[in-house]
Amino acid sequence: MEFKDYYKVMGVARDATEAQIKQAYRKLARKYHPDVSKEKDAEARFKDLGEAYEVLRSPEKRAAYDQLGTGPRAGEQFRPPPDWGSGFEFSGAGPGAGDADYSDFFESLFGAAGRGSARRGRHGFDTGRGEDHHAKVLLDLEATLHGGSRSFTLRVPEIDAEGRVATKERVLNVQVPKGILPGQTIRLAGQGAPGHGAPGHGAPGQGAAGPGAPGDLYIEVEFQPHPLYRIDDRDVYLDLPVAPWEAALGATVKTPTPTGAVDLKIPPGAHAGSKLRLKSRGIPASPPGDFYVVLQIALPAAGDDKAKAAYRAMADALPFNPRASLGV
Amino acid sequence: MPLPDGESLPGEIFEESAVLTVSDLSRMFAVDERHIVELVEEGVLSVIEVHTTEWRFSGAALRRVRIALRLERDLGINLPGVALALELLEELAQLRRERKVERS
Repeated sequence: MEFKDYYKVMGVARDATEAQIKQAYRKLARKYHPDVSKEKDAEARFKDLGEAYEVLRSPEKRAAYDQLGTGPRAGEQFRPPPDWGSGFEFSGAGPGAGDADYSDFFESLFGAAGRGSARRGRHGFDTGRGEDHHAKVLLDLEATLHGGSRSFTLRVPEIDAEGRVATKERVLNVQVPKGILPGQTIRLAGQGAPGHGAPGHGAPGQGAAGPGAPGDLYIEVEFQPHPLYRIDDRDVYLDLPVAPWEAALGATVKTPTPTGAVDLKIPPGAHAGSKLRLKSRGIPASPPGDFYVVLQIALPAAGDDKAKAAYRAMADALPFNPRASLGV
Repeated sequence: MPLPDGESLPGEIFEESAVLTVSDLSRMFAVDERHIVELVEEGVLSVIEVHTTEWRFSGAALRRVRIALRLERDLGINLPGVALALELLEELAQLRRERKVERS
């Protein structure tokens, strides 16, 4: 198991005050909040940050964590000492509330029960209907292009008879609707928390949403990074390498698209970064997104004498200063 | 991993079909109805139908409520601040889209 240096994650000294820790958390949270940030690894950074803050903001957890010292040297595996954590009591609500998904490191130290208490409670509802649950999944691009079934593994915190919180894994097979966009939601009726009260408690004919009925599950969708394509809302992007002569003279080249390979016409005089749009070939939402090809100029290697001669001939024939715009 | 379509739960894009009430949103996010009303009063959420005694929201409201509650909780922003952040985020997205169209 990997040791986590929570002080390093938050960028604070080991003797930082509570105020400094809170300040550091707020600052980094604004930077890496997945709803705000464009940083590539925002989601993971924000998760680490929430976990670090959960430990360092609580005097008890912080004191317990500090007993571990600075952790093993790089490459060494971490194991909590056998007597670790005795005499500490953990309490308090976390910043990430119920949906936080902590690392194995965190769980080995504080247990699943160390997580902040979820936003629970009845909130004035007394219908006996189970709570709605929320989850987030990463889909492959193909799922939205063609639709089809996918298997999701969700981690569900559950409270056992003694009131302890444990995380249970749950596997759901779901038909992904074609054309779903990042940030949109799949609703699965009746897949949330079970209803309160004995089964059959509600009067017959009350339907699925009646008293004692289970809550719903809302799955927020994001996409996994694709080896070829980038997704921006409903549009799909591809970096397409072309030879210098294809860009300069124009050419028709084979290019992959999410819906199959096509012959793409490159106009003469294209340059690196030129964008070609294939309308409605992005994500098949309504309206459908577009497919953009961004040209990258690839240079053939000057590997042998023949290639070198070709480059020299080009240098002789073309009066070209690529740095003219830099004033040199 | 694609699976055979036989034994899976049918999913649909919630945003496209749903019409929601204050109590729907309150239940879905386990917050007080009063909090949803505050989101409307602050301009975070807009009402699509006022024809009955009850407010109605489009499915797209789900995403706004979700982001608003997360910003409140994770960044400690109050509601006017959340409203401002959401407006700025939308403006940013709009600018990014325009820049994309200009360049292509």
